[in-house]
Amino acid sequence: MSPILSLRNVTKSFGALTVTDDVTFDVPQGQALGIIGPNGAGKSTLFNLITGNLSADAGRIDYDGRDVTRVPPMQRCLSGIGRSFQIPQPFDRLTVFENLLVSATHGRGLPERAVEADCAAVLDRTELIKVANRPAGGLTLLQRKRLELARAMATRPKLLLLDEIAGGLTEGECVALVDTIRAIHAEGVTIIWIEHVLHALNSVVERLLVLDFGKVIGIGEPDTIMASQEVREIYLGIEV
Amino acid sequence: MIWVDTVLQGVLLGGLYALFALGLSLVFGIMRLVNLAHGDLIVFAAYLILLLVTLLGLGPFMAAIVALPIMFALGWALQRVVLNRVLGTDILPPLLVTFGLSVVLQNALLEGFSADSRRIPAGWLETASLPIGPISLGVMPLLTFLSAIAVTLALQWVFYRTSLGRAFRATSDDPVTASLMGVKPASVFAKATGIAMIVVTIAALYLGTRANFDPTTGPARLIYAFEAVIIGGLGSLWGTLAGGIIIGVAQTVGAQINPEWQILAGHVAFLVVLLIRPRGLFPRAFD
Repeated sequence: MSPILSLRNVTKSFGALTVTDDVTFDVPQGQALGIIGPNGAGKSTLFNLITGNLSADAGRIDYDGRDVTRVPPMQRCLSGIGRSFQIPQPFDRLTVFENLLVSATHGRGLPERAVEADCAAVLDRTELIKVANRPAGGLTLLQRKRLELARAMATRPKLLLLDEIAGGLTEGECVALVDTIRAIHAEGVTIIWIEHVLHALNSVVERLLVLDFGKVIGIGEPDTIMASQEVREIYLGIEV
Repeated sequence: MIWVDTVLQGVLLGGLYALFALGLSLVFGIMRLVNLAHGDLIVFAAYLILLLVTLLGLGPFMAAIVALPIMFALGWALQRVVLNRVLGTDILPPLLVTFGLSVVLQNALLEGFSADSRRIPAGWLETASLPIGPISLGVMPLLTFLSAIAVTLALQWVFYRTSLGRAFRATSDDPVTASLMGVKPASVFAKATGIAMIVVTIAALYLGTRANFDPTTGPARLIYAFEAVIIGGLGSLWGTLAGGIIIGVAQTVGAQINPEWQILAGHVAFLVVLLIRPRGLFPRAFD
């Protein structure tokens, strides 16, 4: 199957610090890819390069069969790249439903009437329908994480980027959220997921990518990656 | 009976103050911009209406309708070209720029229209009144008050029932996240200021037909507007209307006790509200 996303030798530096160093990988259509790596490894920067919030110094990014390396973030969002943020940032004074409406109308360039039904469906799938008319400022952490997921889903992404969405949740909450993500993935949405909560990640993704100091140090089946000595030393800090 | 009359006249006067304040409240609520030139913009709009009345021979209401799109465009351009550049984390630059704008407007009006005080002629409406039992209410004050309610309702509808309103509220909540969602704050702010100028034009119509104005009238109107916004709670539209009414009633009641106390009573009412409810009557839930 042809890759929906393909990075070739992508490099990004902030001054003397190279945060993304010659990164090359493909994500086949419909796959879920997990990205792990220590803090500061350049995981969120990689997302910003894919969404276009940062532009690459060198290399090439192809999405859906076309070169998007210089395409502005808005255009990428409209063409189906959706993302959630590490720290949930809902509009506190808007209701949950209105949060989705803003995201859907502007993220898809459609009038409200055209997206209302979709937004309701997304709320239903992310189990937020009961709090649809409450201001987002009063949500619990799990609900805020769900809203973050729902907002990304409201743009109808073909490629969904999740940034540490399970962080800070209790075990039970985490399981509930993972179920939702698995259901979204089962519908054919390609997912790239940065996560420190490894068991949550490994229960969904088919492949793992390990980043360290901006370099890809391993990519493959989760079991193989987790068994690799290099990964265990760098990422888990385990002396073997 | 005289007190009922006094309070009623105060409520109607409050409608005028609310109209002064609603545009200010709208702009502050959405972009945290304190527009020190707001009063001068009202006076500017009043001169524009006067010009249309005298040059084209239009009635004051027709002239205001013609002035609406002109003022909207002016507000839109003002935000795009000037104010968007100074909005940021620092609140001082917008204050300085709008203060400068206030000085420029006053002097430009002085240059163009001289220091003579003017009034927009409204014909028979100026003196028309409706007898309600033993009380008689002026038609213009009544229209002013009804307009204030209509403007509040309309703004409330835009804010809570339209896509543009949700973009306003989302941007007011968090401009950075809003722009990540694809909302363009610069364009949202320009539309907001355009709408504020529509409210300014309506306020100018009633200011100009009910009382004399000259190029330096603006800052005094601005003070009432500020007080109404703060009494109501920053960013609350109904609060702003209530704030206007409180100042209006305080002024007429003060004037009834002693004519010299009219202005003072309004300011005292403002201070009393601030002492009791420092965040205003209807503060926003999340800030």
